[in-house]
Amino acid sequence: MRERATARIEAFPTVMTFPHADDVSVPGKEENLAGGALIRSTSQLGLWIFLATVTMLFAAFTSAYLVRKSGSDWQPVSLPAILWFNTALLLCSSVTMELGRARGKRLQTRGLRSWLLASTLLGLGFLLGQLLAWRQLAAQGVFLPSSPHSSFFYILTGLHGFHLLAGLLLLLYLLFRVRPGGNPGNRLAQRDLTNLCATYWHFLGGLWLYLFVMLSIG
Amino acid sequence: MASTVQQEPVTHRKQGFIRRYIFSTDHKIIGIQYFLTGMVMAVIAGFLAMLIRLQLAWPGEKWEFLGALFPAGMEDGIMKPEFYLSLVTMHGTLMVFFVVSFALVSGFGNYLIPLQIGARDMAFPFLNMLSYWVVVPACIIMLVSFLVEGGAAASGWTAYPPLSAVKEAIPGSQWGQTLWLLAMALFIVSFTMGGLNFVTTVLNLRAAGMSMRRLPLMVWTLFIAAVLGLLAFPALTAAAVMLLFDRHFDTSFFLPSGLFFGNKLLPNEGGTPLLWQHLFWFLGHPEVYVLVLPALGAAFDILPCFTRKPIFGYRITIYSLYAIGFLSMIVWGHHMFVSGMNPYVGEFFSIGTMAITVPFAVVGVNLIASLWGGAIRLTSPMLFAVGVIALVGTGGLGGIFLGNPTADIQLHDTYFVVGHFHFMIGGVTLFGIFAGTYYWFPKMFGRLMNEKLGKLHFWLTLLPFYAVFFGQHFQGLGGTPRRYYSFTKFTFLESLQGLNLFISISAFVLGAAQLIFLLNFFWSLIKGAKAGDNPWRATTLEWAVPSPPPHGNWGEKLPVVYRWPYEYSLEGAPEDYTPQTVSPEEGQVTT
Repeated sequence: MRERATARIEAFPTVMTFPHADDVSVPGKEENLAGGALIRSTSQLGLWIFLATVTMLFAAFTSAYLVRKSGSDWQPVSLPAILWFNTALLLCSSVTMELGRARGKRLQTRGLRSWLLASTLLGLGFLLGQLLAWRQLAAQGVFLPSSPHSSFFYILTGLHGFHLLAGLLLLLYLLFRVRPGGNPGNRLAQRDLTNLCATYWHFLGGLWLYLFVMLSIG
Repeated sequence: MASTVQQEPVTHRKQGFIRRYIFSTDHKIIGIQYFLTGMVMAVIAGFLAMLIRLQLAWPGEKWEFLGALFPAGMEDGIMKPEFYLSLVTMHGTLMVFFVVSFALVSGFGNYLIPLQIGARDMAFPFLNMLSYWVVVPACIIMLVSFLVEGGAAASGWTAYPPLSAVKEAIPGSQWGQTLWLLAMALFIVSFTMGGLNFVTTVLNLRAAGMSMRRLPLMVWTLFIAAVLGLLAFPALTAAAVMLLFDRHFDTSFFLPSGLFFGNKLLPNEGGTPLLWQHLFWFLGHPEVYVLVLPALGAAFDILPCFTRKPIFGYRITIYSLYAIGFLSMIVWGHHMFVSGMNPYVGEFFSIGTMAITVPFAVVGVNLIASLWGGAIRLTSPMLFAVGVIALVGTGGLGGIFLGNPTADIQLHDTYFVVGHFHFMIGGVTLFGIFAGTYYWFPKMFGRLMNEKLGKLHFWLTLLPFYAVFFGQHFQGLGGTPRRYYSFTKFTFLESLQGLNLFISISAFVLGAAQLIFLLNFFWSLIKGAKAGDNPWRATTLEWAVPSPPPHGNWGEKLPVVYRWPYEYSLEGAPEDYTPQTVSPEEGQVTT
């Protein structure tokens, strides 16, 4: 059977120029044998891909927002001033997170722990502030179905808050994991986990800035 | 392209039954779990299709035994119109998301990706387990929705508002629709976890030497399908969130002013149902490719094995897959030509749709050229793989008609559309699943499936399939509208009644033929001939391990890859196939 197949192939010359010709590795040729990884940390890669889907989620909401905004019944609601304060809190938490990450990189446990704790508290403060913003709006009689703008405001802040809550849980887990002392392997794991946490946290900060601008323009 | 990720040479400990087979983190078990779940859902969704065809062949007929089975929907054995709508909706939803997605994408994807790229498992095994156990409640919720008041969702698998947004609209718009949305939300969460795993694993866990240019096309198609899914599904998530708020919290995203239902003016104002259609089809169209591409990938993997020669145009196929993936994200509007969109916008979507036929034709021609000059052996997997090519061709041609607004305005919402999409997301995927099952079953379970039954299954599937869905194209050209409960009252359709009955009877044959597959599957599980590691004498990595492969797949050392995946009939080689793991130093030329 083999002869037959080979004979047939010769009758069809194009397949003779095997398309992988330049792809044949000589063992020892580094870049081919490395084959494997795109980036060093698999978790980091997974996180970036996840952030891409989250971006698409908010992109979909943005397109819905723009479509709905072009309707004749669009009346922007004036947003509560406390949102500025919340924004400041979230930005501060990103700064503390970055300070923590610097400690993590140097494999220091003590500084890392306090900066992570600071970020957690600031994040918690942001969430409470967002809840206060909801209550202030409700006190003005602006509820979820009141106007399309208010519907979007409640849903988008809620969705962002939900993602932030997940980040807070991750932070709490990290705080629990980061202990003084510990062996070097543990500290490497802490560093990687801190990196993941920081990436996610900065993303949520950036996302909030974007949402805040979009919702403020009205 | 930094250093290889360190994978420890894990020798997995023996695990108890529950950790091993139920809450397993082994990608192979999870793949099989998805596959079997898809099979159960296929039986249910197929049964719903039989009920639909029963009603269309003999509308209003009394079926005592069905009355006992569905006391609410078929009181006294006669089908209610609202139950018919639920059947159509649930058949579509289950088949698209809970059968084809499960078996083809999640099932084969989980099973094959680590094996074919030379990894021990998925990048995030726990997430993988979670992804399966999130869809189990989704399945249960979908099925339970038949039992709630008003019955299952009835607004079509596309869930267009206002039918899906107003609880008072039709019986299925009550709890059935809410449960539908809930189950879909769980499905999306699960698919996101699965897709993350697919993409990360392919990018980061390939064995040494396994460059992207050496991946089997099954992995390539699954990879692109996962990327598409990850980018497209969030649009449906956003839409579903807004729809839930419209339904339960009186927001007005999709509901316009002045809607009356049951003599009651709805409070909603200013929303636009078209917004839903845009968001839905932003997912809905790429979803077609999420499902169709892996079927093509399976065909590409199977063809060289049964022609004993390399596939044609490996690299151009990959470029075409990229092009298809990109274009599929910007053509969703061709589902909405009659929605009153600006004709210039329609033109854009139409041109995009025509453009997508180019890379698709390249893939199709490559499939056909892969057969050219080969030593063809028509085994069951090969028959189904060739069937995939046939169905892509037929279905694709129908798509060209529908992609043109001028033709689509005439054909929209007729059986032409039904016939067309059943060829693509129905037929191509189904044949891909069957081809893959006959081909990889020996790897999964260590036994071969029965060849005679397989061939019988093929012919009894292919012929009725064409009878049903090619016939529906003609019904559609004759003006038969889709989603109607019966066609007895239309004089202009009288001449098509014979065809209608023929389609129903063919559909019953098609349904019954699948019992042969089930019989073959379970019989072969127990009594099938022992397969050995590489029964098809194939080249890709999964055939280098025992059948079924052990937990951790590769024993002590990960494989090293030296060549592309389709090295058949290499000149100077001792065998007519050269596995990817054979190094040039082992005396084989690799020009």
